Amino acid sequence: MGVHMSAADHGDVADPWLGTGSTAAPSDLQLVDGSRVGVIGGGPAGSLFTVFLLEMAERVGLSLDVTIHEARDFTRPGPAGCNHCGGIISETLVQSLAAEGILLPPTVVQRGIDSYTLHTDRDRVRIETPLQEKRIAAVFRGSGPRGLSEPKWESFDNHLLGLATERGAHLVRKRVEGLDWADDGRTRFRFGKEESEPFDLTVLAVGVNGTALKLLGDLGIEYRLPGTTKTHICEIPMEQESVDEHLGTSMHVFLLNIPRLEFAALIPKGEHVTLCLLGDDIDDALVQRFLACPEVQRCLPDGTGDFKRLCHCSPRLNIRAGLMPFADRVVMIGDCGVTRLYKDGIGAAQRTAKAAAATAVLHGISAEDFRRHMWPVCRAINGDNRLGRMVFRLTGLLQRFGFTRRAIVRMAASEQRRAGSRRRMSLALWDMFTGSAPYREVLLRTLHPLFGLRLMWDMAVCAVPRRRARS
Amino acid sequence: MANGALGREYQDGETIVRQREAGDCMFVIQEGQVEVLGEREGEEVRLAVLDKSDFFGEMALFERDVRSATVRALGPARVLTLDRRTFLRRIQEDPSLAFRILEKMSNRIRELNAEVVRLRSRAQT
Ligand SMILES: Cc1cc2nc3c(=O)[nH]c(=O)nc-3n(C[C@H](O)[C@H](O)[C@H](O)COP(=O)(O)OP(=O)(O)OC[C@H]3O[C@@H](n4cnc5c(N)ncnc54)[C@H](O)[C@@H]3O)c2cc1C
Repeated sequence: MGVHMSAADHGDVADPWLGTGSTAAPSDLQLVDGSRVGVIGGGPAGSLFTVFLLEMAERVGLSLDVTIHEARDFTRPGPAGCNHCGGIISETLVQSLAAEGILLPPTVVQRGIDSYTLHTDRDRVRIETPLQEKRIAAVFRGSGPRGLSEPKWESFDNHLLGLATERGAHLVRKRVEGLDWADDGRTRFRFGKEESEPFDLTVLAVGVNGTALKLLGDLGIEYRLPGTTKTHICEIPMEQESVDEHLGTSMHVFLLNIPRLEFAALIPKGEHVTLCLLGDDIDDALVQRFLACPEVQRCLPDGTGDFKRLCHCSPRLNIRAGLMPFADRVVMIGDCGVTRLYKDGIGAAQRTAKAAAATAVLHGISAEDFRRHMWPVCRAINGDNRLGRMVFRLTGLLQRFGFTRRAIVRMAASEQRRAGSRRRMSLALWDMFTGSAPYREVLLRTLHPLFGLRLMWDMAVCAVPRRRARS
Repeated sequence: MANGALGREYQDGETIVRQREAGDCMFVIQEGQVEVLGEREGEEVRLAVLDKSDFFGEMALFERDVRSATVRALGPARVLTLDRRTFLRRIQEDPSLAFRILEKMSNRIRELNAEVVRLRSRAQT
């Protein structure tokens, strides 16, 4: 079978579809009773795709044969059983999953989060969820950090994988090492010397932390890898009472003037705190510098400086979409396709997984079907990321000066004190840190004239004492 | 309340929504049971008992009207709120998100029809 399409960089371009080599018209290729669907990767994207596909198929009376291929054992503590991430399940995702009938039980959720605490070098402010309800979930993607003898909570990824197999999917605990076209245009998966029966639809949900996207080369599909950057995660062990006391049910976010650091957070879990640093190629020196900050140390027990003895990792983060995420009979979902910039990656995986599943069941599996029915979701995410870059540039600028950092906290704090006031800064910060709303909304909030006036006033107030001190 | 429990905890008998009050969100039961009560001339009639993963208050998402019934916790219950704005934004992108709600509403209409038939035939005899 020849080349179905070519993939090109579409990180920041309008529509990538022009010039692709799809051979099939919409709905020429359909899933029918008994069609075989092969999913590569059992992370959130792969498992949720499978759940949605099987539920949707049942609604239209279609019987599908779905197999997920995942080599990782999520019940094993340590890096081998973990898809390295901060483990925050956003407010929007918790709600969307609940609407789909997927509840996250306390055996998976280590801590319900009801607020964000923003720290700067001098002040801090706590911003509560709009309804003072625990609407954000803190989880472990695997069973827990290296060295944990008895995991007390179930892995989030394992929970979703379980939902997929409960609905009838098969699980093959093998790494897919190669792909081949069968004579009839379907694909076979290779595992060493073994080869699978052909699949009618191949779903790549392999993330960006492996080399699996190169599998596309086996099919003659030209590809360009998504743009990624190195991040840092570290699991700090603490007694549950100590987590309650130091961090409580709040996610702690730090607005500090450290070059190359875009986002820094301490996320309270059951008996650990997850340190999550995102930015431009985070290295050891930057981690040390962050941990040495007094405002960070205040949130942690003594002696947490040496992260190297703790379970830590440097996963890659998708910061620029690199592929057109579909071809005839092939679709890419989750991180390996299109995801949100810096925020709510699992939420984005759910959105692309759902769009791909709905397209495959309700429309067809040709590239044209995915372009018409799935691409709008990817395009919306990509378009919003462009605005996200602006928001992060703006925040980066405000982060540079002490008086602007203090002004942000001052404005949010005065809003929190005054019941019934329009909480423009609090909501903008909330939406930005939680990923609860599109970046477009965050930007719109900050463009309101009253937002600008109030922030300028607070900046002026915060600048005055410094001038006095100098004179 | 366990650290990992999402939503808000209600005690036995605590009111979650009140009939005739304005509402702009729906609710999903995370744990426990709730009872749905219709009030007429000061008297309460139990309309339904809902369990884990059931939802209520969904009418407020689609119409700007007051709550049509009172909902109370039946024993300790934990309930998650789904805001109208977030939910409608997600439905706009993914209309199939509403399938479950439509399915549930259609089940409720079916049950109501059966109830109407039962009451009318009783009235005729
Ligand atoms: C530092 C950091 C912090 C983050 N924090 C958050 C957060 O707090 N909240 C949030 O929502 N998102 C967060 N994200 C983003 C989030 O991790 C991703 O968006 C999410 O994991 C994407 O899910 P996925 O299923 O697409 O990919 P992945 O989770 O990467 O899963 C891919 C799966 O594919 C499997 N696989 C790969 N190759 C093969 C193969 N050849 N054969 C079989 N299986 C294969 C892997 O084993 C893996 O299980 C964070 C990311 C980083 C880097």
